Amino acid sequence: MGTTDTRAATVTDTVSDAPTTTAFHPPTPHPPEHVPADPSPDGLTVEPVPGRAREVVFEVTGLSVTYGAALAIDDVDLEVAANEITAFIGPSGCGKTTVLRCLNRMHDLTPGARVTGSVRYHGDDLYGAKVDAAEVRRRIGMVFQKPNPFPKSIYDNVAYGPRISREKGKLDDIVERALTRAALWDEVKDKLKKSAFALSGGQQQRLCIARALAVQPDVVLMDEPCSALDPIATSRIEDLMAELKRDYTIVIVTHNMQQAARVSDMTAFFTAELDEAGHRRGKLVEYDKTAAMFTSPSDSRTEGYITGRFG
Amino acid sequence: MTAATGVSHLGASPGRGLRKAKSSIATVTIVGAFVVALIPLALIIGYVIFRGASVINADFLTGEIAYSPRSPSGGIGPAIVGTLLITGAATALAVPLGVLGGIWIHEYGAGSRLAAFVRFLADVMTGVPSIVMGLFIYTFIVLNTKQTNGFAGALALACLMLPVVIRTTEEMLRLVPDEQREASMALGSRKARTIMRVVLPAATPGIVSGALLAVARAAGETAPLLFVIGFTFTTNSSLFTGGNTALPVQIYGNAASAFEAAQDRAWGAALTLIVLVFLFTIAARIVSALFVRKQG
Repeated sequence: MGTTDTRAATVTDTVSDAPTTTAFHPPTPHPPEHVPADPSPDGLTVEPVPGRAREVVFEVTGLSVTYGAALAIDDVDLEVAANEITAFIGPSGCGKTTVLRCLNRMHDLTPGARVTGSVRYHGDDLYGAKVDAAEVRRRIGMVFQKPNPFPKSIYDNVAYGPRISREKGKLDDIVERALTRAALWDEVKDKLKKSAFALSGGQQQRLCIARALAVQPDVVLMDEPCSALDPIATSRIEDLMAELKRDYTIVIVTHNMQQAARVSDMTAFFTAELDEAGHRRGKLVEYDKTAAMFTSPSDSRTEGYITGRFG
Repeated sequence: MTAATGVSHLGASPGRGLRKAKSSIATVTIVGAFVVALIPLALIIGYVIFRGASVINADFLTGEIAYSPRSPSGGIGPAIVGTLLITGAATALAVPLGVLGGIWIHEYGAGSRLAAFVRFLADVMTGVPSIVMGLFIYTFIVLNTKQTNGFAGALALACLMLPVVIRTTEEMLRLVPDEQREASMALGSRKARTIMRVVLPAATPGIVSGALLAVARAAGETAPLLFVIGFTFTTNSSLFTGGNTALPVQIYGNAASAFEAAQDRAWGAALTLIVLVFLFTIAARIVSALFVRKQG
């Protein structure tokens, strides 16, 4: 498809447009081929191996989130490597979506949410004083659980992000490229002016992916992107993720363990436990290569969950 | 699965007759309530057309106010101009302010004490009788400037419209799903842009409806205008100099008259006001549809 080249060519545009308030380093160009993951001894840190170094995108340490007085997730440490798919799995209410939303500062929008601990993105503190949250979200895109296209045309949905950074002239190209990357172009190229709501659920979700890709992010966060879709639409999105990880870093929250096993390189298993006062709180139980996690989980709770037995 | 167990449970169950009866009663009640609600509306519009249509002609619509209530000639030209000017000015004052206020309460002040306080004040203000608004403007503006004019009337009407616009804007913004806001923010859009490009276009039809309701109510108000706009027999196209008049004021004055010519003019003015508000409504709907299409 040659899409890798176009991506590489446009990264610099985004960087030159970036406001000076950001404290980020420009994202380094991604290696064209996926570098296989290396196992790490304790499953929680990623040790670079000479010659096959994994670039760390997110470095989360001691992350806790409280909503009002309730602690949603307690003391999470994990690292997310570039050009990999990292899956967050676990039962409902275990805080996996909460952790995901910390990675692009979506919690800023939630009244009462408080984030403590540190999230480093390419070495920079995401919650640093000088960091511009809008710029963070431009670099770190997000796809939501329920397809949420704007009540606008297909074209305007995809063009929404690029228009923010005022990329004029080549808008048509950006839209076509993003829709092509999201494997939707052939289905919609003749009806770009039609309302996005005329699309099926699976198409709407791919449109949301295209909309996220159109701003040329570095990372794509996906919050249960397939939970509202049928198996065929799900499989298309999974194929798409495998394709996208060559150029993007993907973090996905999923309830579907088969999906985590199929698509991800690394898996983090969260669970909810009751504290002394009887409040539910999320915890990261285990973080490892997906292959290892699903064949020989080191924690009995993980094993119970992935085998369908709860412990 | 076998023929022996083939007793179907799809047939009538014991409570079925009662349930059907309840359903019929409910249906009849609802349709009946609708018809009863429609009767006064149809009677009012029908009777105003019946009494007013014969009065209306070009001379009536453009003519000056009759000096004597007994005079069969005379029109309501100055009152139409007055209503358009005063209601227009009130809309220009109240709608932008009210929409901005509603946006602040829901998008920026959400959860704060100040927002709750402003919302409470708006609710109280909605319940204030319209003549109190007139008195307020009379005391604060007319007595201080020592003149009655159309602008004072516009201020009184704006006070009346403002809380309605604030509250409907807030309610309409509440109906816009948070998913839409999150989708926009997740693309690196800032709050102001999210509101302008995503939230407001989605809420526009509802906000326009609310604003129209406020405009229609204000256009038909007599009490706030009675002692603040003064009076004129000839068309006064200035809001700031000289007295003015408006359709509701003309309806009020003429309907209270003992002379038949004046009473006819009241019916004519009433029909004119209804048609005018109807035209406002259609025009605003077209404008909002165009706005939404352009944004979408």
